[in-house]
Amino acid sequence: MTDMFPQQIDVALSVNGEAVEARVPAGRHLIDFLRLDLGLTGAHAGCEHGVCGACTVRVDGRSVRGCLMLAAQAHGAEVWTVEGLSETGEIADLQEAFVARNALQCGFCTPGMLVAAQELVASAPAPTREQIRERLSGNYCRCTGYEAIIDAVEAVAQARAGGAAR
Amino acid sequence: MRKFEYLRPTSVEEAVAAASRPGAAYLAGGTNLLDLMKTGAAGPELLVDVTRLPGLDAIEPLTDGGLRVGAMVRNADVARDAAMRRNFPMVVEALLSGASGQLRNMATVGGNLLQRTRCAWFQTPEAACGRRDPGAGCDARDQAGRSHAVLGWSERCVAANPSDFCVPLAALDAQVEIAGPGGRRDVALRELHRLPGDTPHVETALAPGELIVALRLPGAGAGFGRFSRYLKVRERTSYAFALVSAAAALRVEGGAILEARLALGGVAARPWRAVEAEAALIGAAPDAGAFRAAAEAALEAARPSGDNAFKIELARRTAARALALAAAGAPERMPALPASPFADIGAPAHA
Ligand SMILES: Cc1cc2nc3c(=O)[nH]c(=O)nc-3n(C[C@H](O)[C@H](O)[C@H](O)COP(=O)(O)OP(=O)(O)OC[C@H]3O[C@@H](n4cnc5c(N)ncnc54)[C@H](O)[C@@H]3O)c2cc1C
Ligand code: FES
Ligand code: FES
Repeated sequence: MTDMFPQQIDVALSVNGEAVEARVPAGRHLIDFLRLDLGLTGAHAGCEHGVCGACTVRVDGRSVRGCLMLAAQAHGAEVWTVEGLSETGEIADLQEAFVARNALQCGFCTPGMLVAAQELVASAPAPTREQIRERLSGNYCRCTGYEAIIDAVEAVAQARAGGAAR
Repeated sequence: MRKFEYLRPTSVEEAVAAASRPGAAYLAGGTNLLDLMKTGAAGPELLVDVTRLPGLDAIEPLTDGGLRVGAMVRNADVARDAAMRRNFPMVVEALLSGASGQLRNMATVGGNLLQRTRCAWFQTPEAACGRRDPGAGCDARDQAGRSHAVLGWSERCVAANPSDFCVPLAALDAQVEIAGPGGRRDVALRELHRLPGDTPHVETALAPGELIVALRLPGAGAGFGRFSRYLKVRERTSYAFALVSAAAALRVEGGAILEARLALGGVAARPWRAVEAEAALIGAAPDAGAFRAAAEAALEAARPSGDNAFKIELARRTAARALALAAAGAPERMPALPASPFADIGAPAHA
């Protein structure tokens, strides 16, 4: 240690629309801050090495890996988790489509899938199945198989595009 | 993970001063460094978070027709940039073939350039690795390492550089702008990563405390436009590191090649610019024979570093096919599977 710089960091951020202030150890990862300190256990800690996507949350409008970001780096940021996105209704149609198509079994991957899928559907209005496949390739599901997930995302993308055209 | 201190400097000068201390490391997107800190392969005592430094997050046109990209621009934003897509499509294709959307949202230009090798022995602190620990030898030597180098490796280290981004950058003669304790300087991207020799722990041309502030893509490379492609061969066709890859660009007039660029990825500790292959192409007709001859020239010095002789022929075929794709020109729309040999890129051209 250089003993010149802090090991405890003060952060102020917004989480699911609410202001949060906390003092965190420098080594606290964002996913652990959300789950352990704030009790927001929707996003999961799976591999914790950036591989599986279970920890996906939205930071400043983009989906990121909560396990490869320090809580200290989220100072000043706007963070949304599956809890907040459920509450506002933003992903209600995705959630319904996942249920309707059996796109989840244990549900471990689902919060990450939903956050990633919402970013995809919001940014690419009419994604092809190949594009959906490619964009979700960073999110692993160990139970369901991916076809149902792709079906659900495709259905929502089409429904939203249709709704916009009408 | 070991305990560490954290600093969020507000100027480049403050960042450089802090990071010049022994045990300090820059933290950008964190997608590589935090991972290595969790495995124990890296253990900095101080993280200098450079993601909020002012002025490093823009993409600007250069007067020569090139582009200057700030070191903190996220990989996803580089890939989205209209001028980048128009003038340097193979850079975009390479970026989109790497990692996943969420990782590209986090990863920065500077961090991508300096990402460490994926060699499993480097990543495992229990293994001997002279790249990680000076003088420690190399447990990876003679292991069945599909990721290991076939060019430019030494008895001390067989690791390969994993970056997709760096491969077209090497082909395009990109320049890296650096700020350090001694002021500002430029390093050619081709010189940024060092071959291991007897000192594999000296991974880059950067001195302690030196910070990448920007990347310049010279206008000369913009002339290739859509006649430039990146092709990446991997164990599965999305979300995997390259086994081998190639960035190729061609300028053809009147049925003859006037200018050619070729660089290979996954084969060496640095993105491998194949100048001999480029020279062999000049004046030739852009056909399969010329591309194969160029690929042979590119791999002439290659030798297996273990159980990976297959990569040499794979690299030849990948290089030849990337050249053929470059000659045909990139499609209007980026394929759904960027850089994949299985992307919808017209008739299958089995190499
Ligand atoms: C699951 C997974 C899959 C991946 N797949 C691919 C792939 O297919 N292809 C590919 O190319 N990459 C892939 N990557 C790697 C990814 O591209 C890198 O992790 C990323 O580009 C690093 O950028 P960063 O900003 O997060 O860097 P960080 O992790 O913050 O930093 C990386 C290194 O660079 C140093 N550094 C960062 N910025 C600077 C600067 N400005 N000046 C000086 N030093 C600096 C840091 O000290 C550190 O040593 C993958 C990563 C993961 C986790
Ligand atoms: S827990 Fe973050 S990617 Fe697996
Ligand atoms: S539903 Fe179990 S991991 Fe995806």
